[in-house]
Amino acid sequence: MTIAQAVIHGDRLALARLLSQVENNVPDGRAALIELFPHTGKAHLLGVTGAPGTGKSSLVNQLVLHYRKTDERRVAIVAVDPSSPFTGGAVLGDRVRMRDLSGDPGVFIRSMATRGSLGGLAQATANIAQVFDAAGFDTVIIETVGAGQSEVDVARLAHTTLVVEAPGLGDEIQAIKAGILEIADILVVNKADRPGVENTEKALKSMLELAHPTQRVFRHHGVSMDVSVVEENPHEDIWIPPILRTVSIDGHGIAELAESIARHVAHLRLSGDWAVRERARLEVELEMLIRDELVGQFREKVPQKNYEDVLEKVVRRDLSPWEAVKSLMNGRLK
Amino acid sequence: MTERKIRVLVAKPGLDGHDRGAKVVARALRDAGMEVIYTGLRQTPEMIAEAALQEDVDVVGLSVLSGAHMALAPRIMELLKTNGQTNVKVFIGGIIPDEDLHRLKEMGVTGVYGPGASTDDIIRDVKMAVAG
Repeated sequence: MTIAQAVIHGDRLALARLLSQVENNVPDGRAALIELFPHTGKAHLLGVTGAPGTGKSSLVNQLVLHYRKTDERRVAIVAVDPSSPFTGGAVLGDRVRMRDLSGDPGVFIRSMATRGSLGGLAQATANIAQVFDAAGFDTVIIETVGAGQSEVDVARLAHTTLVVEAPGLGDEIQAIKAGILEIADILVVNKADRPGVENTEKALKSMLELAHPTQRVFRHHGVSMDVSVVEENPHEDIWIPPILRTVSIDGHGIAELAESIARHVAHLRLSGDWAVRERARLEVELEMLIRDELVGQFREKVPQKNYEDVLEKVVRRDLSPWEAVKSLMNGRLK
Repeated sequence: MTERKIRVLVAKPGLDGHDRGAKVVARALRDAGMEVIYTGLRQTPEMIAEAALQEDVDVVGLSVLSGAHMALAPRIMELLKTNGQTNVKVFIGGIIPDEDLHRLKEMGVTGVYGPGASTDDIIRDVKMAVAG
């Protein structure tokens, strides 16, 4: 039995080992990904992002506890924490907040370091999610590093993206900036037992009123074929991100959050957005693979000596980087 | 292509609540370029073995200050074996009397460190153990 087959049959040790192979990008891992690919595309990928300390891990802990109590779904969690830019080492601490999930065979938690990647995820995170998908997990939760304003890769990967805020982190100007708030399908104000929760909520609300609906309507009318559905069901076609309050330490608001996520999934299915997102995600992946492949071929075909000579010319300002690329590439990749 | 990273689980089994030492070691291993999964206080042997499995670690580092190491360590070693993780190297730090040291080593524990141990020694031993 191949490792991919073992993973499909529910072998947890094989799954853990394959995740390492995929993370380390070794040939065996890639072979298994190829074998598993036909089995992917079933899981709901749920992204969770937000600033450091807003309580993402605790929220995931509560949400998964809720799922495991109320339905039969199996849940995988990919928790990403940053690698040191100096040593490459990392301390991955998200499990500390998820101890309630220990001992549940329907839950699998994997910590990942970013290993130099900057968008809030590691390079292999998408592939790790794919392995969990193929292994039959119904929901795959992807928790990003504590994100600032522009770590938005998760929105390209996930079907549904939660952006977690907490009271006291910024004023309305933070809320109208571009970036992380724009990617939210659901906005969560966590630690809602803290003072200042009304202000945070108000800032988010005014941000939504300024921005969201028109943009979504516009995009949808481009592809929407059935106008009558829109008229009958005005809320199905336009998703306006709800703002929810939660308290992760006691589970307050978690049931409502789970309901809201379910509504978003239904919306994606009904509006056709699910397929649109899948297509966009696979397209990005394809483009990245093409880029890697081309770079690989380039390295193979252009002798290191040529490369260094040209680099030297660039350093001396004898050649511009653009001309350098042209001269290195000239007819090489045919 | 990514280089192979050493993955270490640092865990505190049992009931004592002092994790300063565990955090110092976690930090030192991080600075040595390793990926350290830290699980927090009061872990049962079952929780530790499960985390070691899910994270596919090369090394499990246990911090025990309660004196319960002779109860906890064998149980964790046994669970790792049951799960098929026979290659995982186990290190223990804490207050370990000399007479227990040999018994732990006989059980298959790779390294034991007491108060005042140097993190450089721990890093060197971990790297050597993983290299085989």
